[in-house]
Amino acid sequence: MNVVVFGGTAGIGRAIAQQLAERGDRVCLLGRAEASLAKSVGDLTARHPSQQAASSAVCDLEKPETFAPALDAAAQALGGFEAVIVTAAMFATQDALEADVELTRRLTTANYANTVTFCEHARTRLLASGGGWLTVLSSVAGDRGRKPVAIYGSSKAGLSTYLEALDHKFREKGLWVLCVKPGFVKTGMTAGLKPPPFAGEADQVARDVLRAMDRRKPLIYTPGIWALVMLVIRNLPRAVMRKIGF
Amino acid sequence: MSTLAGWGRLPEPGTELLDEDLERLTEGAVLSRGLGRSYGDSSLPAHAGDKVANTRLANRILSFDPTTGVMRAEAGLSLVNLVRLMLPRGWFPPVVPGTKYVTLGGMVASDVHGKNHHREGCFGAHVRAMRIRLADNSTIECSPTEHADLFYGTIGGMGLLGHILEVEFALHRIPSQWIVMERERVHDIDAYLTSLTHAAGRWPMTMGWIDCVHRGASMGRGVLMAGRWATAEEAGAAAPKARADKALPIELPNWALNPITVGIFNSIYYWSHTPKVATRVMGPEPFFFPLDYVLDWNKVYGSRGFTQYQCVVPRAAGAPAVREFMDRLTKLGAASPLCVIKDCGPEGKGVLSFPMEGTSIAVDIPVMADIQRIVDGLNEFLISTGGRIYLTKDRFTRPEHFRAMESRLPAFAGLRERWDPQRRLRSAQSRRLFGDKA
Repeated sequence: MNVVVFGGTAGIGRAIAQQLAERGDRVCLLGRAEASLAKSVGDLTARHPSQQAASSAVCDLEKPETFAPALDAAAQALGGFEAVIVTAAMFATQDALEADVELTRRLTTANYANTVTFCEHARTRLLASGGGWLTVLSSVAGDRGRKPVAIYGSSKAGLSTYLEALDHKFREKGLWVLCVKPGFVKTGMTAGLKPPPFAGEADQVARDVLRAMDRRKPLIYTPGIWALVMLVIRNLPRAVMRKIGF
Repeated sequence: MSTLAGWGRLPEPGTELLDEDLERLTEGAVLSRGLGRSYGDSSLPAHAGDKVANTRLANRILSFDPTTGVMRAEAGLSLVNLVRLMLPRGWFPPVVPGTKYVTLGGMVASDVHGKNHHREGCFGAHVRAMRIRLADNSTIECSPTEHADLFYGTIGGMGLLGHILEVEFALHRIPSQWIVMERERVHDIDAYLTSLTHAAGRWPMTMGWIDCVHRGASMGRGVLMAGRWATAEEAGAAAPKARADKALPIELPNWALNPITVGIFNSIYYWSHTPKVATRVMGPEPFFFPLDYVLDWNKVYGSRGFTQYQCVVPRAAGAPAVREFMDRLTKLGAASPLCVIKDCGPEGKGVLSFPMEGTSIAVDIPVMADIQRIVDGLNEFLISTGGRIYLTKDRFTRPEHFRAMESRLPAFAGLRERWDPQRRLRSAQSRRLFGDKA
């Protein structure tokens, strides 16, 4: 399979790209920093005995004008693609966002408006070539309005809703949309935060994501325990949510 | 308060930062750590507020040349992933320690040795180049020809000269994915040492287990293992099954391992081997990494934690010194199911690297009330033989004992003076042994 991974140089995206390369899929990485892209291309190339070269193109989630050219470059490098995986996103703590309105504007724009824009570019290209996979990392943070992730969570809530609707609308046409809702995962993005119980590792999340794609699922929580945690959180009364800090 | 601990589970206050971007992560950091398999305090902060960089997410292979086996990778690449990826392709690291849950950076900082030390030396002997972040936050490339003093100081330097960012080293071509192992039960320490020397001449890999509780005439009885890579004909077509390492569901209570239970365990293990020499073909994982089968076996020592005493008794001191050491060990009551003895080849070029020509002895000791007395007693005898301890395992050695056994200390101090004059890079261990400030 030929796969485009946007955000595949670090975190969960890196783990997904590595596992794809190891099983023999061809990967084109999209990302912001050229130096890191080059290192990751070397990594993905070395991970399979065939040493078939991975590829990359520069794409910045904060610059929507880079989206279409990057996807076109990926299509050229791969000779077409059957899957697009989006792991790129911005993260900041609620405290940092409340202290900086500009950061709030940037984060909500990147995580919602720009991610949806990127997905629309990807969707049209996938549908034009007969369908495929559009896998996007949202977050459990979007499942409920919660104090510590009020702004970040709301950007992911909008994204999750969009992805659900995409699945409803285009599954018949052969587009498998997967909304991934990771719980807390120990990556550079969450560095410095105290990991809660059930914190996951990127490798484990990547395995879950690839299995869900193979099974053409529309939604997963990962690590799996978070499906249960969020079931409870979604059903807590407002009075309780106001009291607790979670 | 949050704490960090080594494999021996004795914590120090502190926190670590994780990041895929090693350049960003190590900026301003005073210590790097990987998978936390050093037993004592070498990967723990000297001060709770110190920035500790955990490198394990920086796991990219930067290049691999399938014609020469030369690989360059980020320091956080783990041996478990390296072996998983390269073994099926007919490549194996030139030297591996007894666990695969270590990072490349850790393998260099500890200059790990393996069952093939008498043939291949330490891992550092196979390193070609490194990129290092220095205490002044600049980064530098070093190799045997470029900043050679930094290069050899970093090999076995416990991370005290700089943060290892990238490592370039050569993998070995292997004839198959299987190991031919010969196993021999040996009835006492003298016979053991004779057999070990004999095996080292014939086999590229040797090591053995010793019953360190049993006393009397058959003190030091054990099982000697020797191995080599199987030829393609011996191995057959099948690949070894990847082993799923299991987690230990519970922490055993502190009393679970005591001289009586350990004695019973050791006797069962000893008598489970027949006296005649047995040869078989086996997968590399149970051969190189037998203890990894239980992921968190360090929990068997209970909440009190444990240390490992590993030293090398120089060849010049001879077999009587090893016998005397075993005698003291059993008398001090340091009961443990794990006691490993093997041959070390000549000393390598790492300035503080552990091995020297002689006999390496490693024994796990639970943290008992008199642990300091036990370690002191062993160290005092060790100093008299001219031997030294392995910093990667150590937690209890006194600074004056360390100075007495480590004649290379001034050379290492000179390197620190050159590359980190303010002694910004430090660990709980360097505070304890080198007198670095907290």
